Amino acid sequence: DALLELIYVIASVLFIIGLKMLSSPKTAKRGNLWAALGMVMAIIATISLHEMDGEPIKNIGWIIGAIALGTVIGWAIAVKVKMTAMPQLVSFFNGMGGASAALISLMEFPHLAHGSALVAMHTGEVLAILLGLMIGSVSFAGSMIAFGKLDGRIKDIRASALRVINLIFLAVLIGFIVYIMTRGEASPAELMPAIYLMLAISLIYGVSFVMPIGGADMPVVISLLNSFTGVAAAMGGFLYDNQAMLTGGILVGSAGTILTILMCRAMNRSLTNVILGAFGGGGAAAG
Amino acid sequence: MEAILEFFFTYREAIFIIILSIFLGIEVISNVPAVLHTPLMSGANAIHGVVIIGAIIVMGHAEETIAFILGFLAVVLGTLNVVGGFVVTHRMLDMFNKKKKKQ
Repeated sequence: DALLELIYVIASVLFIIGLKMLSSPKTAKRGNLWAALGMVMAIIATISLHEMDGEPIKNIGWIIGAIALGTVIGWAIAVKVKMTAMPQLVSFFNGMGGASAALISLMEFPHLAHGSALVAMHTGEVLAILLGLMIGSVSFAGSMIAFGKLDGRIKDIRASALRVINLIFLAVLIGFIVYIMTRGEASPAELMPAIYLMLAISLIYGVSFVMPIGGADMPVVISLLNSFTGVAAAMGGFLYDNQAMLTGGILVGSAGTILTILMCRAMNRSLTNVILGAFGGGGAAAG
Repeated sequence: MEAILEFFFTYREAIFIIILSIFLGIEVISNVPAVLHTPLMSGANAIHGVVIIGAIIVMGHAEETIAFILGFLAVVLGTLNVVGGFVVTHRMLDMFNKKKKKQ
């Protein structure tokens, strides 16, 4: 649909302008509003104009109900929470986005079948689904731990063994992706156990990724997880050939990564220091 | 090699957008002052809530009950990300403005 694509382009431009304006004190507030306007446009256009295989969006009542529910809860939480609790709140909302991306992958993998039993597994669509599942889940679990740490609910655990274990987790997850994508023509239903296993390992990885990092370093970690969720959202854009999701997601992915590095620099730290925790113990004690 | 070239050709438009967006993202925020780090992080957090579009598409084509329930959940979580993200950013910037006036 031409109109839908046009609105997606406008929404993408608003995201870019919004992000640009957010990086200057004078225009930051307007930038946030422009980006929000782009989002509202993209959502309304998707509900009313999107078609897949010639079929328009169904369940519109339920979709609007879900959006209304999310709006009421999100608004209430965002307005009520104390100013000092803002960073953990960002982490919480970031986790919600990651979970949403993971759920999309979880549903789209069995959908690949489209009625036929066997599907080619070495495609970009499968890669996008698997990466969306993995990155979204890691971001969700990691954000929840970061939220818990900043909120004082979860204590720091300093176990250097976790760093080695984390590398093993990462290798196992990449192994899963390679395994699934080298199945040739396969039935998605038969591969579902591997998908659920991947989901579980990704969630555990998210927890063990953030666990050994000191509480004082949490803002940097949240920024990193923020860019993860951006990439997970972009995977959905790749899957649906959706330009607004693709640009929005990648934009946040790259801007978020640079922002993470800038935040580290402002603290006179390097990103590797934060993640591998060379000074993490000291930082945690100071915080 | 041939497989890589074929992959590139099949998805060349998406790959093009991805590469340009990466450079754009780096360029667009590279001059941000340290005071704006957290609001910018929060604003970017709201923008990746664009994942909600995917959630709407999934739910809009859900046939089975499980897909329907998970789709509903995905839309709710995506909305939380969008609404919470933008409102929190707005509040942060509000505080920022007030501080500035006091000084």
